Amino acid sequence: MMDVQVRGLRKTYGKPPVTAVDTISFDVKKGELFGLIGPDGAGKTSIFRMLTTLLLPDGGTASVNGFDIVKDYKFIRERVGYMPGKFSLYQDLTVEENLHFFATLFNTTVEENYALVKDIYIQIEPFKKRRAGNLSGGMKQKLALCCALIHRPLVLFLDEPTTGVDTVSRKEFWEMLKRLKEQGITILVSTPYMDEATLCERIALLQEGKILSIDTPANIIRSYPDQLFAIKSDQMSWLLKELRNNPEVKTCNSFGEYHHISFKEIAADTESALINYLKKAGHSNLELFKTAPTIEDCFINLMN
Amino acid sequence: MKQFSTFVRKEFYHVFRDTKTLLMLFGLPVVLIVLFGFALTNEIKNTRIVICDYAKDPISTQLTELLSKGDHFKIDKILTHAGEIEAGFKEGKIKLAILFPPGFSQELIHQGKAEIQVIADASDPNTANTVTSYVHSVVLNYQQTRALAKPESFQIIPELRMIYNPELKGATNFVPGVTALVLLLVCVLMTSVSIVREKELGTMEILLVSPINPLLVIIAKAVPYFLLSLVNLAVILLLSVSLLDMPFNGSVFLLFGVSSMLILAALSLGLLISNSTASQQTAMIISLMGMLIPTLLFTGFMFPLENMPIALQVIANLVPSKWYYIIVKAIMIKGLGFSAIWKETLILAAMTVALLFISFKKFKIRLS
Repeated sequence: MMDVQVRGLRKTYGKPPVTAVDTISFDVKKGELFGLIGPDGAGKTSIFRMLTTLLLPDGGTASVNGFDIVKDYKFIRERVGYMPGKFSLYQDLTVEENLHFFATLFNTTVEENYALVKDIYIQIEPFKKRRAGNLSGGMKQKLALCCALIHRPLVLFLDEPTTGVDTVSRKEFWEMLKRLKEQGITILVSTPYMDEATLCERIALLQEGKILSIDTPANIIRSYPDQLFAIKSDQMSWLLKELRNNPEVKTCNSFGEYHHISFKEIAADTESALINYLKKAGHSNLELFKTAPTIEDCFINLMN
Repeated sequence: MKQFSTFVRKEFYHVFRDTKTLLMLFGLPVVLIVLFGFALTNEIKNTRIVICDYAKDPISTQLTELLSKGDHFKIDKILTHAGEIEAGFKEGKIKLAILFPPGFSQELIHQGKAEIQVIADASDPNTANTVTSYVHSVVLNYQQTRALAKPESFQIIPELRMIYNPELKGATNFVPGVTALVLLLVCVLMTSVSIVREKELGTMEILLVSPINPLLVIIAKAVPYFLLSLVNLAVILLLSVSLLDMPFNGSVFLLFGVSSMLILAALSLGLLISNSTASQQTAMIISLMGMLIPTLLFTGFMFPLENMPIALQVIANLVPSKWYYIIVKAIMIKGLGFSAIWKETLILAAMTVALLFISFKKFKIRLS
């Protein structure tokens, strides 16, 4: 049973039209934690807004929980929970007032569905009399999630929920999502952070309104075509330049502490030959070892 | 129903927790009423005048006393020689001089008429006009009281009556206009800003993705401003009756009924503006400019509509506050009932219904 079905969905803005979402199709199974992964401007928010019936598509069709996003928008609005990218609660209302307001908005009460949000709400409960505008970023996020969940939605849309949130809160947030998934809620989440992709069951990699690949994170990593190496020296930026000009090297990208490289052809002595060459060129403290690709490697590979 | 009441309560929280909104809502009317009522009035008080009395007889003395009685004039000096008058004007100290000819009383009693000379500083023609008319009314008053006592003493009494506003009070003209201005400004501004704020903060997205009927959102938003505007109206009326001695002759109920219509028209205008703007600043500027200028120009309380070119008079007919102004003047000052203003009320009602209809029709159930 598919909870979200997208067929050839397209969205353009302005005149002359700029394509934000370019004829994409994907399915999300019931109870799945599905991630839309892509940089800013990839079209994530546009897709979410079309699926939550906030925007009309310029082409294609889509359904949520079996309802058409254009014709049956009223039914969808009763069944989904939506958390926009920007913190969107009433800053001048207290934590408690916000939660009660959104519960009433969906014709329910906080008491009725308290069990669902209890784990999350308990963390912000000490501040329930505080105005939402005075909460920290992580706590705002938790409150927003509570408000999006308080009516027990069947499908939950979270648009970049972890943007602007510290590392610890991000980790907590993803653990909360896993627990929600266990309750049978279908969750669509978007994020520009590639490291969060592996926390989803299935992901769609997005770039400029197009889907590069849809699969489980493990499968996407498995399908990376080359053996990847991590390399490091004391002169990183020079090293990057040198490797990119090296005829043996196929790709070379900077990944924090290391550069990730792949070779056009791997022979028995490829690694030692490169090390020797770089040593002669003047690099010190060289390190080279095999490494598994990350989602970001896959993304860059698919992008080219 | 619970949805609705929760929504209305939420809107009240927004208003009462934002000092800027509160100040705008309740400070603006008070400031405007006081400003227009006191500072910007066209009534002239305490004009310094001189009197040159060659007659020094009972009637001239009585007239001089009457002139100094009210708060229009302050007698600077009683001169004995007309040559000194010019000096006073040149110094700019006085605005008006009154000259009684010798034998004033005798002439009046024997011939039944006599002249006094009124000299005004016409470098400011408006002021000159106003102050000479004050003198005129004082003299006329005196004649009338004399005529009652001794009917034969004067043959002709010129007919000059100032109806509704015998003391030429400024407030009677301004209060109905300012009331319209305040109601329009506050309502249009408040609704447009409060809806656009939801857009700007992103809460509109959540409201739209919920089962609540968008119309309910709008009505719930309008309710607090509607009620607060009625409170505002009461404050304005209290201020103008107690502070500005404004007469109130008609039905309070009728006035509030008509005002409710104007408020509704203003609320729907605010809604229309919020539909086509994305930021609070833009909404504020459009509301201020779009409301302030037409209301000031075309209501009729600052510039008489009768003197405008036909084209502008036609435009003025489209401004709701023009009709409201006519109605309020009729109710408050003339004390007329509904039968006298049904035409204007009908026009205002039609405008309100049309604006409400358009704004509901144009309300977006999606983001764009």
